[in-house]
Amino acid sequence: MREVAIVSSAIHQVEALTFTTDVQLMVPLINEARDAVGLTQADIGFTCSGSSDFLAGQGFSFVQTLDAVGAFPPIAESHVEMDGAFALYEAWVKLQIGEIDTALVYSYGKSSPGSRRDVLAVQLDPYAVAPLWPDAHAVAALQARLLLESGAVTAEDLAAIAVRSQRNAVGNPNALRASADVTVDDVLAGGVVADPLRAADLAAEADGGCAVVLAAGDRARELCERPAWIRGIDHRIDAHGLGVRDLTRAPSAALAAGKAAERAGFAANDVDVAELHAASTAQAHVLATEMGLGGTGGSVRIDPSGGSLAADTLMAAGLVRIAEAARRVSGGEAHRALAHASSGPCLQQNLVCLLEGE
Amino acid sequence: MTVGTLGERTAVLGVGQTKYQSTRGDVSIAGLVREAAIRALEDAACTWADIDAVVIGKAPDFFEGLMMPELFLADALGCVGKPILRVHTAGSVGGSTALVAASLIQGRIHRRVLTIGFEKQSESNATWALSLPQPFSVSINAGAGGYFSPIIRRYMARSGAPELIGCMVAFKDRQHALRNPYAHLHQPDLTFDQVVEAPMLWDPIRFSETCPSSDGACAMVLGDEAAGDAADGPVAWVHGTAMRSEANNFPGRDEVSPQASRDAAAEVFAKAGITDPRSEIDVVEMYVPFSWYEPMWLESLGFAERDQGWRMVEDGSTNLDGGDLPVNCSGGVLSSNPIGASGMIRFAEAALQVRGMAGDHQVDGARRAFGHAYGGGAQYFAMWVVGADKP
Amino acid sequence: MDPAPLRADLVIEYPFTRTTGPVVGAFMTGLRDGRIVGSRRADGRVFVPPAEVDPETGDAITDIVEVASTGVVETWTWVDPPRPGSPWAQPHGLALIRLDGADTPMLHGVLVDSAADMATGLRVEAVWRDERVGHITDLVGFAPETADGAAGEAAAAEEPVSGEPVRSIRTPIRLEYDFIPSAAAQEYLHAYAEKRILGNRSPVDGAVFVPPRGVDPRHGVEATEMVDLAHTGHVGNFCVTHLPIPGRSDLPTPYVSAWIHLDGADIGFLGLVSGCDLDEVRIGMRVRAVWKPDDELGATAENVRYWEPTGEPDVPVDRAGNRAWQGEDGDHA
Repeated sequence: MREVAIVSSAIHQVEALTFTTDVQLMVPLINEARDAVGLTQADIGFTCSGSSDFLAGQGFSFVQTLDAVGAFPPIAESHVEMDGAFALYEAWVKLQIGEIDTALVYSYGKSSPGSRRDVLAVQLDPYAVAPLWPDAHAVAALQARLLLESGAVTAEDLAAIAVRSQRNAVGNPNALRASADVTVDDVLAGGVVADPLRAADLAAEADGGCAVVLAAGDRARELCERPAWIRGIDHRIDAHGLGVRDLTRAPSAALAAGKAAERAGFAANDVDVAELHAASTAQAHVLATEMGLGGTGGSVRIDPSGGSLAADTLMAAGLVRIAEAARRVSGGEAHRALAHASSGPCLQQNLVCLLEGE
Repeated sequence: MTVGTLGERTAVLGVGQTKYQSTRGDVSIAGLVREAAIRALEDAACTWADIDAVVIGKAPDFFEGLMMPELFLADALGCVGKPILRVHTAGSVGGSTALVAASLIQGRIHRRVLTIGFEKQSESNATWALSLPQPFSVSINAGAGGYFSPIIRRYMARSGAPELIGCMVAFKDRQHALRNPYAHLHQPDLTFDQVVEAPMLWDPIRFSETCPSSDGACAMVLGDEAAGDAADGPVAWVHGTAMRSEANNFPGRDEVSPQASRDAAAEVFAKAGITDPRSEIDVVEMYVPFSWYEPMWLESLGFAERDQGWRMVEDGSTNLDGGDLPVNCSGGVLSSNPIGASGMIRFAEAALQVRGMAGDHQVDGARRAFGHAYGGGAQYFAMWVVGADKP
Repeated sequence: MDPAPLRADLVIEYPFTRTTGPVVGAFMTGLRDGRIVGSRRADGRVFVPPAEVDPETGDAITDIVEVASTGVVETWTWVDPPRPGSPWAQPHGLALIRLDGADTPMLHGVLVDSAADMATGLRVEAVWRDERVGHITDLVGFAPETADGAAGEAAAAEEPVSGEPVRSIRTPIRLEYDFIPSAAAQEYLHAYAEKRILGNRSPVDGAVFVPPRGVDPRHGVEATEMVDLAHTGHVGNFCVTHLPIPGRSDLPTPYVSAWIHLDGADIGFLGLVSGCDLDEVRIGMRVRAVWKPDDELGATAENVRYWEPTGEPDVPVDRAGNRAWQGEDGDHA
């Protein structure tokens, strides 16, 4: 297997990008990621992006965003209608073949113009479920109640996860929800948004984007002093129906973590930090359990950036987790990191990326 | 560009298609994709359990009003516990989906990958889905034809091609379609005069020179070298792949023969060790949704000299019967167009040809075939060369 | 003083028609007939709603079995206010309900007055719509089980609406978006209200794009400099369309849409050509804007009703429009 590393990244997340188009958002981010390693688009071997037409209310919306890349002379490029983490996976695969040495990955999501929680209902079974318009908060709430009533967690445990996220997010310019002194009581005092979830239990919805440059082998070492090597990366999916699987579990997360660990040669929880892509505190708990991350008392520092709970950019949050984890490794703060991305209702699909410094 | 393809040798073990028609009223979305997938599995002598990963592609989700359908379809595609990716590159998506699937084999990530493209566009309306309202924009473009017809006009003026070349392509492809049981348009009584006399839609494109709107799915099972060697029946080997994208509507852009098309063709032929495509390729499946794109792509891809592609149409070179470079023996996009699948159908038909499994539209002795797809404002290109022999 | 930002409602709406196939069709037929059915796997596991495919093996499941219209809430939440497009007009419970006889719970609404009335373990019974068509909303929802299960049984006692199986359902989708043009687009649209057409100059080589895109797409760099463009130019290319456009009944067919290359701009944009016979339109024809009356101007490109010939000598064809299509021999790889 070819060594591939993340050598640079650019992130931007805010509450709402009202007067900024997807293109205007991505031009500085893509340029920042390339400039950080002195690459022009002509130096990039493959480009891959992730986005969703449903956020824009426009079919083929990703076509316009190609303007941000500078796609002339023509480039080798592809796109997934998925979170950018999966675009990164596709680029990693391309690098494995050996024909190219660098790749640019980007993704973005501007969900503020629409009602994100309702748009996501259109992901669900189009015959028996979507016509009821179960919104994303309600779906997350169904899962959270199952978790609480199983006895695996209490409301205080979930609030502690919210607190951890907000405290970690302090100082992160890309976090929407940060507080150095928020407490469990503060969280519990917040209004219930989708019973039993309170506002702080649900990820803070953000608009934004992320760009990442990957490089292989010695090329990575040339471009970056401390590349964040992708030692293992894998993704798996569970059954779709909400009633068909146990929503207190995410077997595909455990499976992806295990497969990534096989390639990496170290356990998924043998890491210093982990960045989780969870839509709720309940999901964060499920993920930590599935991947053996030991909850708030364990040795793995979870969501040092605040995680997606602090800022969740639809279609980019997973790529942002990978970028944030890579920054911890490249910055010397962590030797090994786990980055997780999810897609679909209640953690149906999960990607795990294990990173390590030199 | 490197000559030869790095990575694991990749084989097409099986192909499955649905009958393409305007409405598949007998199936759900899952039923439609499974029909093609199961046929591909059977052709590949595989079961669901043999598949390591699935790569699915389709056009914008607004066509079916189902966001990220890979989530809903995971169960239907035997994918629980497996990886699934969903590709979206506009009209070229069927082709780029196949390329992403191939890369999973080439990169030695997986041993057998199921790839599928589909569209059940009868659930909405293709014209509606292709032209969603855009506030503050002036809407005067009625469909894709309105975008491509000026480009065709340029080609006609520059090349001096006779006016009826487009009609010849349309007639040829509908004749070919009669020999493909899966094709949507089966018009046994169609005459050339009827093609010429059809109503003009976007001058010079007549109704008879445009693609239909179809429901359908197309699937392939791709395997690594060991899987290809172990197959009982014939396989198609991937000799080269290429993808290119370019920006749209900028000064100096060649819209008749976009540079992305030329660059991708150059790369795929170099990888396949082909220096004279006209003589070394035996059969072509290219993405022609409007008739005139056959001569235009023939030139852009290097099968014909500039301004000469139309002669190959006129003298019958691209005809299944008697032509030395048959194009779209399946009937092409002009005869069947489930948008998300059309690119993959081109790639799959190329594979069927070199496996000798194209039935009544088989080109005798075809050993190397070219599959092509494009999308957007002619901005996205995906291509592959497949052969009967291992590269 | 800055004008108020432009915004518009963008509504994406379509009455999708979904054909069901036999398994989903059986579920919908059952609903029309006041019954709930599931699919049963070989090992006896009953999926409700019916699963077409066994998630564990990928094999088809075709066996259809009826389950009760009563069951138990396995998890729930409260939806207040009800979501747009949903079948409920009042706040309601939303729950996974495992019907008696089913092994998997189905999602539906629970008709109680408040969240205080919801509980895991609550036994519920189906509440049926009087007129049913074969749709998940044939169920109004589920209500706490009454002593005699009257609501659930009443529907099943009726004769089926007709013997024909349901083969398709309509599932309208309506999504609303706030469409707010970018800062560059706002400037461009406001300028139109003043009968000015703005282009966008590339910082790389000075090429002028219209409408302003805010970026030079060849280089992926921001383009912020705006330039005023003449209202004259030429036809770079054109299309004679014989198809009517949905929503433009004011536009008689056939009509000519053309790529208008304004003097000073380096690419074209689409505009209507009028004021001459269709077959007079040609590449290189000089045109000028015909504006709406001043009192009808707004912040929109529709201020230009169409482009009409000026009568000036044509731009030669080989210098008209986007000229690279000609290429120089040897340019091609």
